[in-house]
Amino acid sequence: MKLKTLISTLASVLLIGSQAAYADKWGDQFPHIAATGDIPGMCSYEEMSKKDYSGRTLTINTHAIPVMGEPTALHAEQFEKLTGAKVEVTHTPAGDLYSKAMVPFQAGQAPYDIVFGFSNFINEWKRYLAPVPQEYVDQMTDVTASHIAIASWGDTMYQYPVDGDRHYLKYRKDVIDNPEMQAKYKADTGNDLRVPQTWKEYAEMAAYFNGWDWDGDGEPEYGSAEVMKKDDLMYAAFYSRSAAYSKNPSTPGGFFFDLETMKPLINNPGFVEALTDWVEAVSYVPPGGINFGLGDEINSFGGGQTLFSFSWDDAFVAAMQDDSPIKDQVGAAQLPGATKVWNRETNSWDEGFNQAPFFVWGWAVGVADKSKNQDVAFDYLCFFANGANHQADIGIGRFGVNPFMEADFEAEVWTDIGWDAQVAQEYVDTLADMEKSTNRVFPLRVPGTFQFNSALATGTAKALAGQLSPQEALDEVAAEWEAILERVGADNVRDAYAIGVAMEDNKL
Amino acid sequence: MNFKHKFVFLLPGLIVLIGILIFPIIFTVRLSLSGWNSFNPELDFVGIKNYIRLFTDDPRFWESFFRLSFLAVTTVFLQYIIGFALAHMVWKDIKFKRFFRVLFLIPMMTTPVIMTVIWRTFFHESLGPLNDFLSIFGVQPQWLSSPGLAKISIIIVEVWQWTSFMFLLMLAGLLSLPKEPFLAAAIDGASPFKKFMYVTFPLMAPISIGAIIIRLIEASKIMDTVFVLTSGGPGTATETSSFYIFIKGLREFQMGYAATMSFTYLIIMIISLTIIAKVLTKVLMKE
Repeated sequence: MKLKTLISTLASVLLIGSQAAYADKWGDQFPHIAATGDIPGMCSYEEMSKKDYSGRTLTINTHAIPVMGEPTALHAEQFEKLTGAKVEVTHTPAGDLYSKAMVPFQAGQAPYDIVFGFSNFINEWKRYLAPVPQEYVDQMTDVTASHIAIASWGDTMYQYPVDGDRHYLKYRKDVIDNPEMQAKYKADTGNDLRVPQTWKEYAEMAAYFNGWDWDGDGEPEYGSAEVMKKDDLMYAAFYSRSAAYSKNPSTPGGFFFDLETMKPLINNPGFVEALTDWVEAVSYVPPGGINFGLGDEINSFGGGQTLFSFSWDDAFVAAMQDDSPIKDQVGAAQLPGATKVWNRETNSWDEGFNQAPFFVWGWAVGVADKSKNQDVAFDYLCFFANGANHQADIGIGRFGVNPFMEADFEAEVWTDIGWDAQVAQEYVDTLADMEKSTNRVFPLRVPGTFQFNSALATGTAKALAGQLSPQEALDEVAAEWEAILERVGADNVRDAYAIGVAMEDNKL
Repeated sequence: MNFKHKFVFLLPGLIVLIGILIFPIIFTVRLSLSGWNSFNPELDFVGIKNYIRLFTDDPRFWESFFRLSFLAVTTVFLQYIIGFALAHMVWKDIKFKRFFRVLFLIPMMTTPVIMTVIWRTFFHESLGPLNDFLSIFGVQPQWLSSPGLAKISIIIVEVWQWTSFMFLLMLAGLLSLPKEPFLAAAIDGASPFKKFMYVTFPLMAPISIGAIIIRLIEASKIMDTVFVLTSGGPGTATETSSFYIFIKGLREFQMGYAATMSFTYLIIMIISLTIIAKVLTKVLMKE
């Protein structure tokens, strides 16, 4: 017995020792993972180095550098060194990722083995993508359940999880937590300055801190930076603002449509209230803020120009990097809520605080069904998302790789890369709370998604530009959604939408 | 040489013509009669359903068409006036004539998309140099956020970019004019204004018509400036036909409907430009 214990102890020591040796070896060879070294796993550096893909060429269509394009190219280079494969990476602007893959898909061709896009492409791409083989799915033990669901259609995973996305609030801690500012705000408005709990509070604070130099840098600052540019993801920003007013936990069965009747809900008073707030927001964004796309929003908040912002993680992570002018001066919180939520069954407002996290779509990637290099492709994706690469990637804001593994919700992951402990804790608490929420909204993933979102962007853009009132704009959107439903077929949309509704209603 | 041999020599050109012009047009017409979209990638037959939708249920297309007409006519008119004036200036013996001729051509030599990105930065309301300068005078125009100013911004960029082309054509026309009418006018003691109105302008009429039509054809396809500068916004204030067709076709992937709009737009443009050319000929060449 003692001999057995001794042998197993020795074996464990040798195993751990050998892994540590690998970690040093790979960390030395690949500076990107110097902080952690290799992390054992099915697709670790060590395992990949055992593969021989010499003479094989992998083609990838990804986003422009840096967001997602830079890590794709970096991991392609590493993969080439480890396996001998040749990897050709094409960079494409975000707006063209869908069509650049879809045109050859529909023509029955596969010029790219791997295509990057967004998770809400899944419904229309899935027929052209190869399901992720079970052996890869089995090793995703640390990926959160919500991100497994987002990458899958029913029980089949089509998109390999490489990124996790959600919208949340970012704010300037040096203002909101500043006792002097709190006293000044109280004296001037009679209200407490705190992390805004509702969109109304958000608006009041943003308007108050708009157009004057509150950080003493000699330049005026503004209330909020938001994605308001038509056809540049503005519809996602609107859904974020709408969730608290329209996602009623007591009326399951659809956020965008009533699943039973397939009647669009987009012009109900909840959405109209959100759009009314958003039109008001035009007065507290920086000059030209109505034309801000995602990049402008990141630069504006990250450059210290605004008090608030809400969108993807990238701006927050970028603001926390060493070269940021506002490092450790930013805080994260869930999207503001509302003091009332629309009840479509009673046709009235339910009074009481409501909050609904929006798990907005994020980066997604799949392997073409017609690819002749599926084995290499899945190994590449598995390598892309391996433990060492993932930990290094999530700390670089411009990479666009955001938390989607359970381990990412530990504050140590972030303090290890130099974040202030309080900021890190607040950040991971925000993300973890969103994961735990039972009143979540997931992105629309139905046939014709682009048409629905484009119609919404057009309608809301008209309201922001003052061309239509919020009610008129959303009535126009609802009419367009009805027309799309008629063209696509309400039953087709219902079948697909039911999966999203099941996720929202916590049935998946 | 008999007929068959002649046909063989024509064949390569004919094949290219069929490949790059006839086939795409026929395919577009066929596509316009289908419901091809992202979830139904089939060349099925839906009759004239898309055309009915376009003519009865899509005011946005017609709004974008009239907006395009306004932008195209305004920009080409301004390009013609400025281009002709500049060409007239360097046609005469002035100092540094060669330098100015090259200088006025520079905008045309630059890449439109890159220049529009630079213009976008220039017009940026909070970070751009233009408003930084104007703030000295206490004004901060919303160049890209106000529907009216956004249209003016597009006109400014288009005029800046393409006046050079008009300048080039007009200068070439001026340099090719015969000297005798000008000598006769000088002998008659005509003032510079009369010389321009009664000699230069009528003699330049044919080339003016050609230049205006070429620029109108180009301006009616305006897309890159709108795409980069405003994305059709704010709201739909600067959305043009080509940008709208792009959204429906390559963003929403409604290929069948986008083909319907493209074909309709092609027909409208052929008819309108023919009418415009005839009117211009009648007005400018009445003498």
